[in-house]
Amino acid sequence: MEWIIASAIGLITATGVFLLLRPRTFPVILGLVVLTYSVNLFVFAMGRLAVDAPAVISESRESYTDPLPQALVLTAIVISFGTTAFVVVLALRAFLESGNDHVDLIPLESDAAEDVL
Amino acid sequence: MNHWLILPILIPAVTAPLLIVSARYDTPLSRVFCVAANVVIGLVAIVLVHMVSTAGPQSYALGGWPAPYGIVIYADSLTAMMLLLAAMIGLVVSIAVMDGEDENGRYFHAIFLFQMMGINGAFLTADLFNLFVFFEVMLLASYALMVHGGGANRLRAGLQFVVLNLVGSTLFLIGVGLLYGACGSLNLADVAERVRELPTGQHQAMLTGVALMIGVFALKAALVPFHLWLPGTYREAPPLVTALFAVTTKVGIYAMLRMGFALDFWEPGTLFYSIGQWMLPAALVTVVVGGIGVVGARRLGEMAGYTVVASMGTILIGVATATEGTLVAAHYYLIHSTLAAALLYFVVALVQVNRGPASDSIRLGTWQRRSGLIGSCYFIAAVAIVGLPPLSGFIGKLLVLKSVQLQPAMIWTWSVLLGASLLMLLGLTRAGIMVFWTGQTQEQEPMHRPRGVLTLVASGIVAASLVGMTVGAAPLMEYLEHVVEHMLRGQS
Repeated sequence: MEWIIASAIGLITATGVFLLLRPRTFPVILGLVVLTYSVNLFVFAMGRLAVDAPAVISESRESYTDPLPQALVLTAIVISFGTTAFVVVLALRAFLESGNDHVDLIPLESDAAEDVL
Repeated sequence: MNHWLILPILIPAVTAPLLIVSARYDTPLSRVFCVAANVVIGLVAIVLVHMVSTAGPQSYALGGWPAPYGIVIYADSLTAMMLLLAAMIGLVVSIAVMDGEDENGRYFHAIFLFQMMGINGAFLTADLFNLFVFFEVMLLASYALMVHGGGANRLRAGLQFVVLNLVGSTLFLIGVGLLYGACGSLNLADVAERVRELPTGQHQAMLTGVALMIGVFALKAALVPFHLWLPGTYREAPPLVTALFAVTTKVGIYAMLRMGFALDFWEPGTLFYSIGQWMLPAALVTVVVGGIGVVGARRLGEMAGYTVVASMGTILIGVATATEGTLVAAHYYLIHSTLAAALLYFVVALVQVNRGPASDSIRLGTWQRRSGLIGSCYFIAAVAIVGLPPLSGFIGKLLVLKSVQLQPAMIWTWSVLLGASLLMLLGLTRAGIMVFWTGQTQEQEPMHRPRGVLTLVASGIVAASLVGMTVGAAPLMEYLEHVVEHMLRGQS
């Protein structure tokens, strides 16, 4: 199971990094989203993988999984959700004001920007 | 339980939502609340400075959960000093923005206070995941402040800044995950305990995790090779906001310092010695890059950004050589460079509103309203940043130079620091001649009072505190020696 989880995280990360290096904002944002997925999985897996083990103490069970990484992942998901929402709006504003969606600073053509608006 | 500790986080955390809910249409009321909140945070910081210097370090278990199970916030003399510095910059910036910057958007003051909350939280927390959370609070607020007012170039630069920092946050989380996976704790003091008995199989995971986190701190502190975002961001951001960002870069170096001393980066033979060894070369290159950038910059905002890069390198030189003398010098220079950078950005703001279409570009241009006061402020800022006598920059650089004397790093440090200072002197002088001495004045109003009176007042306060740092260097050094002594004692 470790092998599957590890290679899945690796694959998702690689996808995220590839998208992140694209020149336009939309793939870059997608890359960020995919990257946060892989990181959340990674942090989750850092509590060690345990099958069929509860995180909450109960009298009928003897082994438990580590609850802390689950709490951390919840926090990380909330934060990444907020930042993703922000970066989407920011990218949209940048596109509307400058008329193109390149991440690099390209000299602005105001005519093009007016066309879009 | 000592409830004073939580106040620097609680005050902005309560005031900011209040402003969003009730005062978003009422700029004067928001201003009053924002300045008042900053004054109160400053007073709390003064109380904390007094408290830790009489009663020693204080800790506060959130929710009453004891460490290492709960999250602990912790204040020693370094924390209190940083809180006071942040509160002071926050106060002068909140005064300066009343010139009109805060009228560009409805939520400026609320976002500003959230930024203060993130900064204070990052200084206070002793838990690594909690540090991540406060970094995010600080960064989210800084994203919003950076693009405040809009404009295509600013939004584009803002997008790059946000994407880069989000990647940084991702790496931070990977680092936290690795560290937790290796040693099973996130409380920094507890991690330091557990590292000593760490099984050999976990060493590589631990080292990688810590190295990733130090990389992220270096990104925040704009150290080479992670400095590339800073000049562009600082060039495009509203200059008054950038004056506050002078503190956020220090958060990066503060986190590095805390982690470095908790985990013995500079103790030969320890696990993390290899990370500590990389810091001095990185610091020296950072200073050089900053110096060259100052000469090559085309706009005042960009040039000021490079002076920040150079000053971060100078601080890291003191940190990376890690003796008592160099650390005292680094702390002194840290306070000085934060104030000097804020002053320079106030000047950039004044130039942008008072100069004509040339704005803050370093070329000949027409002034709409000219004032000798702006030029004087630039002169003071330049003297402070280059490190000429009589201001505190001179004392700071002298301390750094003197403290590395007779150490193996002496030749490199001296030549790099002095060479970069010369480059910065050239760059700042050239910019000063181009912007302030030459060019015509186009009188539009009968009384040519400059725009931005409150920014001038704020500049005056910062300049006065730079003078205060120079005059009161001896008592300040005494306090810093106390800070460093505590830090080194905690290490062993």
